[in-house]
Amino acid sequence: MLPQNVAVFGHLLREGLDMKNENIKLFMAKGAIWGFIILELIFFSVAGEFFSLSDKAFMDWDNMLLLFKQSAPIGIIALGMTIIMINGNIDLSVGATFALCAVVMLDSMTWPIFAGLGNWVIPIAWALALITGMVLGLINGLIVWKTGVDAFIVTLGSMLGFRGLVFMYNGENPTSHLNWTLVDMAEADILGVETPTIIFVVCTVLIWLLMTRTVHGRNAYAVGDNREAAVNAGIRVGPHMVWNFVLIGFLAALSSVVFYSSSGSVNPNDGTLYELWVITAVVLGGTKLVGGSGSVISTFGGVIAIQLLRKGLGHIGADTAMVNLVIGLILIAVLFLDQQLNRKGKEELKV
Amino acid sequence: MSTPALRLENIVKTFPGVRALDGVSFEVMPGEVHALLGENGAGKSTLMKVLGGIYQPNEGQIYIEEQASKMASPLDAKSKGVVFIHQELSLADELTVAENIYLGELPRKSFGRVDWATLYANSAAILKRLNCGFTPQTRVGSLSIANKQMVEIARALTVEAKAVIFDEPTASLTDAEKVVLFDIITDLRGQGVGIVYISHRMDEIFTISDRISVLRDGSYRGSLITADTNEDEVTQLMIGRSLDLTHAIVPNELGDVALSVEGLSCGSLFQDVSFQVRAGEVVGFYGLVGAGRTEIAETLFGLRSATAGTVKISGEDVQVNSPIDAISQGISLVPEDRKQQGLVLGMNCRDNMTLPQVAELTNGPFVSHAKEVDIYNVYHEKLEIKTPSWKQLAGNLSGGNQQKIVIGKWLSMAPKVLIVDEPTRGIDVGSKSEIHKLIRDLAAQGYAIIVISSEMPEVLRVSDRVIAMFHGRIMREFTAKEVTEDNLVQAISGIIPDKVA
Repeated sequence: MLPQNVAVFGHLLREGLDMKNENIKLFMAKGAIWGFIILELIFFSVAGEFFSLSDKAFMDWDNMLLLFKQSAPIGIIALGMTIIMINGNIDLSVGATFALCAVVMLDSMTWPIFAGLGNWVIPIAWALALITGMVLGLINGLIVWKTGVDAFIVTLGSMLGFRGLVFMYNGENPTSHLNWTLVDMAEADILGVETPTIIFVVCTVLIWLLMTRTVHGRNAYAVGDNREAAVNAGIRVGPHMVWNFVLIGFLAALSSVVFYSSSGSVNPNDGTLYELWVITAVVLGGTKLVGGSGSVISTFGGVIAIQLLRKGLGHIGADTAMVNLVIGLILIAVLFLDQQLNRKGKEELKV
Repeated sequence: MSTPALRLENIVKTFPGVRALDGVSFEVMPGEVHALLGENGAGKSTLMKVLGGIYQPNEGQIYIEEQASKMASPLDAKSKGVVFIHQELSLADELTVAENIYLGELPRKSFGRVDWATLYANSAAILKRLNCGFTPQTRVGSLSIANKQMVEIARALTVEAKAVIFDEPTASLTDAEKVVLFDIITDLRGQGVGIVYISHRMDEIFTISDRISVLRDGSYRGSLITADTNEDEVTQLMIGRSLDLTHAIVPNELGDVALSVEGLSCGSLFQDVSFQVRAGEVVGFYGLVGAGRTEIAETLFGLRSATAGTVKISGEDVQVNSPIDAISQGISLVPEDRKQQGLVLGMNCRDNMTLPQVAELTNGPFVSHAKEVDIYNVYHEKLEIKTPSWKQLAGNLSGGNQQKIVIGKWLSMAPKVLIVDEPTRGIDVGSKSEIHKLIRDLAAQGYAIIVISSEMPEVLRVSDRVIAMFHGRIMREFTAKEVTEDNLVQAISGIIPDKVA
């Protein structure tokens, strides 16, 4: 063979490998999380037979319903974080937003001006909490847009700031208000599926539609993948990002409202480290920190996978410390695998 | 005759499908400034990469002081006395001059401590040799561009340099700073260093060099003694007579003036630029890198704000402050770097093509994929884009097809003015002529088109008129009939032809 033919053959071979690599990558991005969930189910079901302290099977229907319900608070926020991360940003302030919105909701129900409203105070309290979340998101978004400071830094600051507001409100004391109508609403169920689960699933579907079917979703991917090209295509990148911060603020507030409607009491340290759990779930679902790719459905999978891991490890008798260690190791393993599969071939030589 | 400081013999370098260097020989004597000239793509940078150890030649030999040498890496080349002063500065702004000069090879004492005394003493000696007006303790970030370049040169002199290669060193220097640089080059020459000076700029080459060698299409085309030659002779050697550039431009029927630019300026980037483009016409902008061509395009597209001047579209004054304004006024830009500025590589072809107008392609709240595919199909066919389906990610396409996606994106917006910056950069030869034909076809359909290019054959092949730029100003405007390689090269090098002067 002539040297030139060898070169051409080598090139074709490389392209062939690239195509194959492309398919593996696609599978990793879309399907891996579901494979992982199935693996977990099998593992914990089998291991549970040997180690579990209770007689109940792991894949018990009630246990699974509980799992979805427990996933909801982190899961609802993770939907918003997916959009933020597809955008190429990040929001570290969601845990603090979560706590502050709970304070607003629970405390507002005791305000004298709403005293005569009876149970009509509930929608008002919900609305106030949701508006608070959106305002906090708006603040983050505007700072990111107008200053151009990295979202990581901006929301690191607002995380501390918002948490400060929580403590300023009631010091170290919990803010509590128990309204039984509210508790009933929060614990209502359809065929055993409780309110938090329903809201989580409905939000997942809505956000999935937003990201896959609307102009806003399309723009989110474009902005995250190549901001310069997005600007050149006439997309208003700044306002676009602000809307996403408002949306994640709203979702953090919604998560808070759903959770605290039933618990009725918030400690000033509640929601600490939520941002990290949320990011863990999103990353496990295959969304890239650099932006441009990711899927809401995979995030849903990531949230379920983490909760399964927690419950499963609990089921076979591991304590919280062990759970955290295992989740940490799995996260790093997943990202390492992902990086290996995505490692780009050498740039074509430019002559 | 003394031995050459550096000699390259019959260097061949091939890439799949391309013979980038075809038996190039070249030498530089100690105490000589040898200019290396060539059009973009003539093989200068490949040759320098071979010399610097970044590429290994397929054939040929490098000799340093007549000793056969092999350059394994840039570091290896430096240790053998061949050092490069690159166009782009690579300095750490927060460190001191001395730390930058010895970056990566700081003198050490025991336990890895830095030997500051030696560091400053050695640095000071080098700076003195270069007659620099700053101390080794100065923070690099506080220096001017020209002084930073001095640091870059000083860094090259930490080894006993036998040959120093200056690659377009004046690209970012002012005229006054150039004089300083030339003094230094003259000094180095006096110290017996062989100097290779790469530049496009004819005026500089005649100021500084002793000898001029010309590369064209990857091969060596001859050397001239600077004192015995003139610009015309060098130009002829550069562009060659073998290159057949019959101007087969078939003029289109011209419509009204689509774009009229009057006295447009943008700070120091370009000044007082005036021109018109009519419907059905292709106007080519030619000039060196840094002449302000891309900046004009970016200003027209709203990515930069003009400091003076007016822009009229179809006779009406328009204010363009952002790409959104530009798009709504019918101005489109196919950018210079399509991967960085034009395409979302992780998106499929269809989504890329409809990106600017996706908001109009909806059914209720949702994007209508059917409407999108309709648009995609129209331009897929019209531009003969070769992809199996619209589902293909833009990042997986060849350069030519990527460029067609970007062009299709803007054509679907029905622009009045289409600006194409470097239409065929990084595109293989076959697709190049396809893109050229496409540009002519589009003009024939009545689009007003501006083509910016660094490749002369390209400008000549597509343009009805050519505007030559130099240092942010329009030097001359040629019609397709008037323009020749000679007068164009002269105009962009800042030489005003006698008849005009």
